[in-house]
Amino acid sequence: MATDMTRSRSVKRPAVPPRKLALWIVLALALIIVPVTLQAAAGLGFLVRILVIVGIWVLLALGLNIVVGYAGLLDLGYIAFYAMGGYAGMLVGQAVSGRLGGATFWVVLIPAALAGTLTGLVLGFPVLKLRGDYLAIVTLGFGEIVRICLNNDLLGLSNGATGLPRGVEQVVPPWPANWLADNVRFPTPIGEFAFGTNLFWYFVVLMLIIGAIVMIRRLDNSRLGRAWVAMRENEVAAAACGINIRTQKLWAFALGAMSGGIAGVTFAYVQQFISPESFTFMESVFVVCVVVLGGMGSIPGVIVGALLIRGVPDLIQGLMVAGVIQLSGDATSMITGYRFLVFGLLMVIMMAVRPQGIIPSKRRALELHPEDDRTLAEEDMQLWDTSHRDISPDDV
Amino acid sequence: MAETVLKINDIHTFYGQIEALKGISLHVDQGEIVTLIGANGAGKSTTLRTISGLLAPRTGSIEFMGEVISGMPVHTVTAKGVIQVPEGRRIFPRMTVEENLGMGAFLRTKDPAGVQASMDHVFQLFPRLKERRTQKGGTLSGGEQQMLATGRGLMASPKLLMLDEPSMGLAPVVVEIIFDTIKTLNDQGITILLVEQNAAMALQIADRGYVLETGNVVLEGPGKDLLVNEQVRKTYLGET
Repeated sequence: MATDMTRSRSVKRPAVPPRKLALWIVLALALIIVPVTLQAAAGLGFLVRILVIVGIWVLLALGLNIVVGYAGLLDLGYIAFYAMGGYAGMLVGQAVSGRLGGATFWVVLIPAALAGTLTGLVLGFPVLKLRGDYLAIVTLGFGEIVRICLNNDLLGLSNGATGLPRGVEQVVPPWPANWLADNVRFPTPIGEFAFGTNLFWYFVVLMLIIGAIVMIRRLDNSRLGRAWVAMRENEVAAAACGINIRTQKLWAFALGAMSGGIAGVTFAYVQQFISPESFTFMESVFVVCVVVLGGMGSIPGVIVGALLIRGVPDLIQGLMVAGVIQLSGDATSMITGYRFLVFGLLMVIMMAVRPQGIIPSKRRALELHPEDDRTLAEEDMQLWDTSHRDISPDDV
Repeated sequence: MAETVLKINDIHTFYGQIEALKGISLHVDQGEIVTLIGANGAGKSTTLRTISGLLAPRTGSIEFMGEVISGMPVHTVTAKGVIQVPEGRRIFPRMTVEENLGMGAFLRTKDPAGVQASMDHVFQLFPRLKERRTQKGGTLSGGEQQMLATGRGLMASPKLLMLDEPSMGLAPVVVEIIFDTIKTLNDQGITILLVEQNAAMALQIADRGYVLETGNVVLEGPGKDLLVNEQVRKTYLGET
């Protein structure tokens, strides 16, 4: 889409060292084998479901990462884009599913992405003059406005708190989920493997994440990416270089929102249901936490962040439900009740000990740990010596 | 008679309710070094910021090469060749020297050969930057940072280069180097508008100067004349 802007510098790519290549191959295999094994193993199928949810959060956090990590704009209402994508996808999808059938999900990815992007632009135009705290407050308000509008069925489209789809309508699972579920099954030593819907979604989300990562990495090396870095480091200097600050910020908002929209529609179709309660302010906070905890501006960081913040609680809950760990009712409610406390503590500790995140981006780490100020006078004297070898300072 | 590059007609600029510029008029001709001197708060930097588009004048107009540029945003003014080297050495501390310079050429996407030539030019002017081209901007000394900021301005291929307090916070020896370079650049044909508190240094290299006081131009004339002007000597050169 942004072919013109993503024209990257002609950097000579160094050959990938064999060790790194091997690591990538192992990672790729693990990404395929682990969920397949989990799916086959009796009683562990729910873990695939958790991976899907974590994956959607990775997608969501990758989008917010563009806004917060790259462009340096704190957005506390990011979940609104997720909601807009989900609702737009679901509305369009239900309208056309009769004709499109299994293709519906694949087609509605486009309106969902557009809905996200448009919402991003609508929010972006008026608020990008604001900075820091003020921007955070306005975006927070925006996120709540969107949720409340959906909840009150403002335009008669969202079906209020009950959510979509309405009444007896069904969501058509995307092709080829049903075909795979019916035809790909075989016995294994650990149990019967069936290519269930969860596994299907796992691969869909995985592909979306890979697509997002490729896009973001290209952006990072593009003119736009460099403009963002410049803007974050010094806005006045960036403007003096001819960077249109407002446009660059809008790009960040729009691209981030697009990713949120895609995550939203995926979430809606995975759940086969969507309602306003999935888009509360706390969800926005969690996405910010994922990005901050993982490491702003860092792709691996965001993935680890999503695994920790979204994956761990779901894992504990899943294990309890599956009966793998036995807990009393008191212990269960304690875990649920103290969840926020644990997150809060975790964030405070992180900010104090490792503000750059678990896996920081190289550049952001530098920003938070500036080099010590060096004694400048001595250096300036050297400077004088090298450029005025023939005269001494006393002569001037 | 050289062509007028920049013409400022009676601009009034406000910070909220405070009138910082109370009707400044000045002009810069092709190939000149023009300096604005004055005390803190006289309106020197405000004038520069108004020209570059960071501020908009409430009344009055600014013309660059015959075109009205007042009210245009910074990036548009920059695209026209009016390049500001901001005060306080605003470089990008976490980018390397080379990346910093590259940012200066942000708008010159269709001219890679020209950008390379500018880069060579900057390295020739400041060999120190060449030595440190892979080093992060923030690790440079104060003088080197000013060189980098100036070099970044040059990368935009300026028609008018505006320097805001290039001597600020630098050791006297480094100030010498910076001023030498300004003179060299001017000899190479670049028109320069220089805002300086160091009036003595600025007037020595300037073709013409304007003395600003509380938002007004109180004196103007050739640099040499201002340098010997009694009022200027008393107020800005610290002589009795």
